[in-house]
Order: sequence, then structure tokens, then C-alpha cells
Amino acid sequence: MKLIVTDVDKTVHEIAFNPDDILMHVLRAAEMGILAECDGCCVCATCHIYVDAEWLGKLEPIDDDEEDMLDEACTPQENSRLSCQIQLTPQHDGMKLTIGPEWD
Amino acid sequence: MAETIETDVLIIGAGPVGLFAVFELGLLGLNAHVIDVLDKPGGQCAELYPEKPIYDIPAWPVISGKELTDKLLEQIKPFAPTFHYNDMVQGIEGNVNDGFKITTDDHKTFMTKVVIIAAGGGSFQPKRPPIQGIEAFDGTSVYYAVRNREEFRDKKLLIVGGGDSALDWCLNLQPIAAHITLLHRRQDFRAAPDSVRKMRALVDQGKMDFIVGQVSELLGQDGRLEAAVLKTDKDERQIAVDRLLPFFGLTMKLGPISDWNLELEGNAIKVGTETYCTSRPGVFAIGDINTYPGKLKLILSGFHESALMAHAAKAITHPDERVVFQYTTSSKNLHKKLGVA
Repeated sequence: MKLIVTDVDKTVHEIAFNPDDILMHVLRAAEMGILAECDGCCVCATCHIYVDAEWLGKLEPIDDDEEDMLDEACTPQENSRLSCQIQLTPQHDGMKLTIGPEWD
Repeated sequence: MAETIETDVLIIGAGPVGLFAVFELGLLGLNAHVIDVLDKPGGQCAELYPEKPIYDIPAWPVISGKELTDKLLEQIKPFAPTFHYNDMVQGIEGNVNDGFKITTDDHKTFMTKVVIIAAGGGSFQPKRPPIQGIEAFDGTSVYYAVRNREEFRDKKLLIVGGGDSALDWCLNLQPIAAHITLLHRRQDFRAAPDSVRKMRALVDQGKMDFIVGQVSELLGQDGRLEAAVLKTDKDERQIAVDRLLPFFGLTMKLGPISDWNLELEGNAIKVGTETYCTSRPGVFAIGDINTYPGKLKLILSGFHESALMAHAAKAITHPDERVVFQYTTSSKNLHKKLGVA
């Protein structure tokens, strides 16, 4: 199973994952430039990603905590998510996403 | 006039692990000064998740970041540490034989025998929006904190964000500002509901503006901001602005730590697991800032690391003294130190 990830330099990577992996851990291990300062506690917004529109519906809906935290993400959009809040399943095989920009 | 402070131990970082280090060092009779870049103790517990529950502190089935900080402060009270907030260590000179000279942003100098780095993820810095050319206005028109309210009197302010800082400063500066625009990416706020109500009331009375959107461009020259271009759902518009206050929370930077001649692995300081000493003898690193084979970034790991570090630190500060290992339950000597004898 794999993800199609576009990094901040617009390079596209294919990254393998296993079911039940947390998306943030997969991106961090693959050195995609994810800071994830709070290590997945949903309190920092430095694991921000954009999920391609056609895949958004296959994710668990965003909860209030994550929506609140996106206020501190850099340049959030309609398709913004925090990767630490996404647990991967086989139905995410092939999911396309883009790493969010970093704060200065 | 620069101030010089002599101490046994200087702890960099007043998060949970830095605070507990005061306790472990105190049991061994060592006094500590503690320095932190924030204006309060607690580190990430205080800044990132004061109200969030933590479930993996031994014997506390659930405790919030703020409660944990308060309990630790209570626990270390007998050892009367001296705190230096809003300050950051710049340089560490010297060595374990001659002692260390530590200099800070606030022009303080510490002479210490042992340095403990308990800096978590590094030092907290405000998140700076990646708007082109924003640096040119830093400190003259763009501010990430309000140190002096008068700076904003009779000025047209653009405050950005949806948390307590953004809302609190809207309410606080509204009476003295020429005009305030609050800009936030959505209608909902995570700030205290009462502040949001007050802000909306001011908007209804025509005393300030609230716009849903984001800043896309800043206009001005010579560090003097004149206008901002805002992107909203419907349009792009330009508003006159003298001062921009972005409140997007804090991010952690390793900062000067990388200049301290310590062996690093990524953004962490390499240590040995017997004493948590770094590659520089006399300088220890404990908690999230360190790394070693099998490291887990847990508060409880940092507590354990504090205890082992303290015994090694004592051997440096008092090389001729034999340390007899004692338990707090039974030792009269420790009871005296804890003020419970």
C-alpha cells in the first residue's frame, strides 16, 4: 500500500504504509519535512497537509480539536488536515496529498 | 551593568523535566537557577496544552498540563529555585574543570559548575506568517507580542488569529487604537467564548471590524506598514494598516543550542544513558531534547533521567563527598531538606 506525496519542493514521492499507521509517523519516517513538534498531541499544527479533494471523503471527518488547531497551521485551505489525526486503512491505498508550507 | 550569578547548577528549561530536576538535585543538596524563554514555568505543558489531559503520569490517572506544572512547583518549593523567565541562554563557555560561564539574551552571566539542558523541543518562538517581505516590517510595524500598549495608541491595527491572544488584544487595544480589524480564517473561534461575545458586540456597535480571510500582501516602505491586502471568500481587498499583530501560536526552534559544541543527532542532543551527560563533560541533557538508543519522548522518561543526572552532577560539584543513597520515605536527612522533619 502506498501514498502519493508531493513535498514542499513539488517533488512527488511514493511512500509505503501499513494499515493502522498514523499518517504523520509515515511522513516523518520518510523525511517529508514534517515537523510534528508536539509528536501527535494535536496541539501544534506543524504536521499540516493538503489532501487531494477526491480523497477527502475517505478520511474520518475532522473533529473540533483538529479544526481549532488548524487555526495555527500555515496557510490552511478547505482540504487542510493534520496528519497526526489520520489513521491509515487499506482504503487509503493510492491517496494523494501535499505537505503544507512551513512557518518561518 | 551586567549581573553575575554564581550557582551550583544552571537548568535551561522550566518544563516538567527541568522542574523535577530541581527536586532531584535538591535532595542531594544542590541549588539551582532555572532559565526559560517563556514568561512562566511548565514549558510545553503550560504553553501548548495547559487544559489538555495527560494520562501517563505514574499515579495520576489523569492530570492537565497546568495541574502537573502546579504540582511540580509545589513539590520543589522546599528547594527554593530561582527562576529567570523571558530569557534565553546564548553561549556556554568553559569546561568541567574550571566551571562554565553562561551568557543570556537579557545580559545576565551565570558562573556554574554544571549545566543541565532540559529544553524540550528547543525555545518557543512566535510563528511568523510566510508573507513576502514581512521581515522588513519586523519590530517597526509587525509585532508578535504586545510589550508596550502605547505603541498601538491611535494606530490602525490588523490583528490576525482566532485564539485567546488575538481576541484578548483586540479587546485590550480597542479603546486606544484608531481602528481595529480582526482577521481570522473562519467564523468560529477557539478563544474563550466570553471574549468572542465581547468582540462580536464591538463589531455590532461599529467599533471594530471582523473579516474572514487571510493576509496575502503587505504594502509600505522603510519598515513603515501602510496597507494590507486581504484575501476573503468573496474578494481581495486592501485596507489601511499601521500595525500588524499576527497571533498563530508558537513554534520551537533549536536556536543557539547548535552552537554549544555538543554532539547532535537531528535536533536532539546525544547523551549516554548512565548519567545523561552530553559529549561535553559537565553539560547534561534530559527530557525531550536528548536522544539515545531506545529513547521515548515521555515526561516520565525525563523524570527518570533527572534522578540519574543529579547523582552524576553531585559527583562533579562535590568530588570529595561520598554520596550515600537514601530514600525520601525514611531518611531524616532528606526529611530536613524537604522541610517535613
